[in-house]
Amino acid sequence: MSETITLGKALNHGLRRALEHDSKVIIMGEDVGKLGGVFRITDGLQKDFGEDRVIDTPLAESGIVGTAIGLAIRGYRPVCEIQFDGFVFPAFNQIVAQVSKMHYRSLGNVRLPIVIRIPYGGGIGAVEHHSESPEAYFSHTPGLKVVTCATPADAYHMIQQSIDSDDPIVFFEPKRRYWEKGTVDLDGSPGIPLHSARVIRPGRDATIIAYGPMVRTALDAASAAEEDGRNLEVIDLRSLSPLDVGPVYESVRKTGRCVVVHEAPGNVGLGSEIAARVTEECFYSLEAPVLRVTGFDVPYPAARVEEEYLPDLDRVLDAVDRTFGW
Amino acid sequence: MANGDSEVGAVPLPAPGPSAGTEDHMPGDGAPAGGFVQLLTPDGEHVDSVTTDDGVTYSVDFTDDEYRELYKDLVTVRRLDAEATALQRQGELGIWASLLGQEAAQVGSGRALRPQDMAFPTYREHGVLYTRGIDPIMPFGLFRGVDQGGWDPNEFRFNTYTIVIGAQTLHATGYAMGISMDGKTGNASGEAVIAYFGDGATSQGDVNEAFVWSGVFHAPIVFFCQNNQYAISEPLERQTRIPLYRRAAGYGFPGVRIDGNDVLASFAVTRAALDQARNGQGPTLIEAYTYRMGAHTSSDDPTRYRIASEVESWKAKDPIARMKRFLVKQQLAGDDFFAEVDADAQKIALDLRERVLALPDPEPVTMFDNVYPNGSPELDLQRSQFERYQASFEGSTH
Repeated sequence: MSETITLGKALNHGLRRALEHDSKVIIMGEDVGKLGGVFRITDGLQKDFGEDRVIDTPLAESGIVGTAIGLAIRGYRPVCEIQFDGFVFPAFNQIVAQVSKMHYRSLGNVRLPIVIRIPYGGGIGAVEHHSESPEAYFSHTPGLKVVTCATPADAYHMIQQSIDSDDPIVFFEPKRRYWEKGTVDLDGSPGIPLHSARVIRPGRDATIIAYGPMVRTALDAASAAEEDGRNLEVIDLRSLSPLDVGPVYESVRKTGRCVVVHEAPGNVGLGSEIAARVTEECFYSLEAPVLRVTGFDVPYPAARVEEEYLPDLDRVLDAVDRTFGW
Repeated sequence: MANGDSEVGAVPLPAPGPSAGTEDHMPGDGAPAGGFVQLLTPDGEHVDSVTTDDGVTYSVDFTDDEYRELYKDLVTVRRLDAEATALQRQGELGIWASLLGQEAAQVGSGRALRPQDMAFPTYREHGVLYTRGIDPIMPFGLFRGVDQGGWDPNEFRFNTYTIVIGAQTLHATGYAMGISMDGKTGNASGEAVIAYFGDGATSQGDVNEAFVWSGVFHAPIVFFCQNNQYAISEPLERQTRIPLYRRAAGYGFPGVRIDGNDVLASFAVTRAALDQARNGQGPTLIEAYTYRMGAHTSSDDPTRYRIASEVESWKAKDPIARMKRFLVKQQLAGDDFFAEVDADAQKIALDLRERVLALPDPEPVTMFDNVYPNGSPELDLQRSQFERYQASFEGSTH
């Protein structure tokens, strides 16, 4: 059954499926119950699955993740919602010092099938702490897996795949794309494994690598470049840790040019890692250095200037131009 | 009394009323202001029962054998700890966190656990581990540096040691919430959780969050705080302005202070609190008032922050000496028994030493194991690159 739904609704459907599929799946977070979450991602779930399975928690992020660990040791599969990207830091210790290490510490005896959902990124005109892109911190942490979706179909399938995985997963949701619509086959299969990248627009002249909210921006840039006679290939990384570098290398070996796009500050970001990997593995195919189009190395700025902070179509095309001018 | 599954022990009794005799009410011999539950004085006097200001009465009902077993536990746990300290000084352990002085708090509370209960330790609960019937060698992988302390918490009903201060109290709370969700509370065969932490940990946000969550969700958990007076060098006064057990009131559940050097009080109060939790009556905070006789760890130098006379005054409250005095006074044990206990403990300690020395160093490539349940292709690649690199030295004598 295919439906045209928003990315937010796709997540809601995916969570519902997961709750139906396995009685050990529980959802916990601030305002996830009666309210259905501040973005309504869990809308209606507490009503249908009860207060024991969709839990309105005390207002304490470390507590959300810390108790999820105990519940997971007990055999549950907790899905934690962190209300906004900038509120994850009180839980940072539990995520990077406990969630990520318990399987390792226990010599494989403990599995923590925990999903930590985080709406992230800017572009919604919000106040401080509501527009950040903290994915690099978690991608840098061994023991965690990190994914992000860009389309309703991926949102629907990836949230279910994440909950189904025994690995602890930080699941980043591009909040400014929550309202964008797409076709989702609710009975279809995901088609590809969770931790795989995907070429979402084939091309031959240059490779644009993006993820989450920037996938739409990259696609728009590719459409605009088409008018200039440039045929850009766009890759949606989907998995930030581990990186699925195979499709990236294949593409760059074909195009010889590579631009990485993300909202997070560029310094020591995902783009830096990808540039390094591509340089190591595709050196003789490159016609130009790998370029990064990212947020600036400033705290996320005030809403009235965020459009200038965020990478947009023009900045992506400018970088593509520079790879051709090398 | 093996593994704490005895049916004897404490249940809260009805309050005896205001006319309770002088022998059976707080504060207890050597107690801080406000008193504590004490059933065995430093002189070895065994009080039949103690009633707190909240009107709860605690007592124990041990057989002679059980009293002797408790003594044996205390001696064995201290002897093993001494062996570990020696191993560290001889360079065989990277570090050791000694429990010296805290034997009664750990043995009493550990023996109070029933088989189905779950414990979440810090890195100092070697005594609790021992009372769970677990091979005492288990944490030595961690302290020797051959692993990070790996075992199956569900198999042993004893979580892995947690080093970040207070983090485990949230794990314990979540586990306890899971017990409630599984419908495993509400009767005598229900399950309960005990979370261990120290006085320093009470300043951590995680511990305070664990109190909030446990109160709100009415979780079947006992918070067992071993107040050993110091967080490395910082005295209790740097953590709190009120007695720690009184914090519980602010979170909506009972708090009880016990003489942490009294194994009987530790057993009685913990058993009662665990049984309340398993019966669906929610959490309890127990503050075991004790003293860290040794250093924080083998890397610490306590002479820089505390005076010898303070340590001496606590020696007079020694948990083992008072149990011995009690056994002698009551003619429950004689020299033969004490010699046998010492000899047995010595045997267990030497066996431990031998096995610690035999712990093999891990193969370097095993550092890539168990990072993810489902593995990672990127990590597989790093592993194979590392193996090739290692193999390149084979046959060379660099």
